[in-house]
Amino acid sequence: MAEMQDLVVVGAGPAGLAAATQAAELGLSATVLDEQPAPGGQIYRAVERAAQGPAAAALGEDFRHGLSVVDAFRRSGAGYRPGLQVWQVEQSGEVLASDGQRSEAFPARRAVIAVGASERPVPIPGWTLPGVMTVGAGQILLKSSGMMPSGETWVAGSGPLPLLYLSQIIAAGGRIAGYIDTTPAANGLAAGPHLFAALRNLPYLRKGLKLRGVLRRSGIPVHRADSVEAAGDGRVERVRFRAGGAWQEKPCDLLMLHEGVVPNVHVTMAVGCAHGWDDRQKCFRPTLDEWGRTDIQPILVAGDCGGIEGARAAELRGRLVALGAAADLGRIDQATRDRLARPLRRELGRHLPIRAFLDTLFTPRPEVLSPPDAVIACRCESVTAGQVRETVRIGAVGPNQAKSFIRCGMGPCQGRFCGLTVTGIIAEATGRTPGEVGFFRIRPPLKTLTLGELAALAE
Amino acid sequence: MFRKLPDPAAPTVTVTIDGRAHTVAAHETAASAALLAGMGATRRSPVTGEPRAPFCMMGVCYECLMVIDDVPSRQACLVTVADGMRIDRQPGARALDFGGEDA
Repeated sequence: MAEMQDLVVVGAGPAGLAAATQAAELGLSATVLDEQPAPGGQIYRAVERAAQGPAAAALGEDFRHGLSVVDAFRRSGAGYRPGLQVWQVEQSGEVLASDGQRSEAFPARRAVIAVGASERPVPIPGWTLPGVMTVGAGQILLKSSGMMPSGETWVAGSGPLPLLYLSQIIAAGGRIAGYIDTTPAANGLAAGPHLFAALRNLPYLRKGLKLRGVLRRSGIPVHRADSVEAAGDGRVERVRFRAGGAWQEKPCDLLMLHEGVVPNVHVTMAVGCAHGWDDRQKCFRPTLDEWGRTDIQPILVAGDCGGIEGARAAELRGRLVALGAAADLGRIDQATRDRLARPLRRELGRHLPIRAFLDTLFTPRPEVLSPPDAVIACRCESVTAGQVRETVRIGAVGPNQAKSFIRCGMGPCQGRFCGLTVTGIIAEATGRTPGEVGFFRIRPPLKTLTLGELAALAE
Repeated sequence: MFRKLPDPAAPTVTVTIDGRAHTVAAHETAASAALLAGMGATRRSPVTGEPRAPFCMMGVCYECLMVIDDVPSRQACLVTVADGMRIDRQPGARALDFGGEDA
């Protein structure tokens, strides 16, 4: 068993790194556990290497900022254990993790959950075919391996990430066959009232407009579509989309999908923290106070796994959570905490006003949240949306009954890529809100684990 | 499907992907190496037998489960390559090795 730490942080993205850095600066003991071999999370993935690599210029200044976060962490003296999968967090704050061979226990006075976000499931016909990936996956390949799409590559979806990825590929000299923009036209109107607040985030807005300009000048065809399908024999060969009421079909050997990102809530749900439905972001998130405290005292949350706010805000949240924990553990007094927090909150206030605008502008079209019958909802168990609807007809009142009837959510990903879809389908079929329907009951182990890895705990 | 930006300074290792030797960057993951090798399907669904391939590249979706150095069901996107590593397609559900002749 590892030595008791003031903070054990799960996740080495901006929130986790900043929390550990701030804690160490205040003299607290802190250790970061992370799945990846290098710090940065997904947003600053492999930044220490990539910032020197062939894709550095294309990845841009925002990515480069990750270097300063990682450097500060490296200098802070906080502990770092890469290559570990966390499979259980106890209500006491103790964290259990495995390196693939053996498990280890990390006792902590406070556990900081900073596991970030992942891409919202995009259930469309053919999305399980080889050659269909997420835009995030494509961007990870660019960051961590300098890999560029080649051949007939299409990007389909909505949100800031597809625009950013396309601009990075253009900057690196790549070629994309076309962008299928699925943002519903009505979203622009709905987002209008939030534009005034968003103007306080002028740099963000300018960045968005600049990305659109880069895309326009690149000559990459952009199709506004309200439905997308992938088709092929054994792998994706064609993409179909409905633009202006008419279907078009194009040759395609790589299709990247994206409909926004959602908080990774499996850890906090398995611990038993209270969660609620965020209707603006169309996702569940843990209920937190201004110091990232959940309703379970030793469990704290920092960054996008507590609600989507973006990388810069996540870094500030990480520092604020560490300040709160330091005060709660009696290592600094409340006046010191509040004094140190003031500039962080002021800066946070500069990053948040645009969220309502972005969330509303990029709200996914209804068929992403509740897809047609023939579409696979649960990839692991190959369960269709129609089968989930059928469970409702025979009496399932929520995701957990549906799961025991037809195994949706019971595969190795444990509902990470179907949970929101199953909730969405049942909500639509029963006329209830997703918040009323709820989510799968998440149980440990959070990641697949062999009995051998588990048994190593007893040694 | 994918190509690499030239990176002559990156150290390399030799791995065997689907029975053939490939020289790849030492920082590659088993999944990115398989994609670069043009492997297409990296496993078959244990439920339907359909071909599947890496999808999220961040350890969430479990679509990239492969047989790596004879150990099945490893998340290929979380495994960094090493010299001599064998990366193979996973045919379906993981077989349980009970150590007997019928294993």
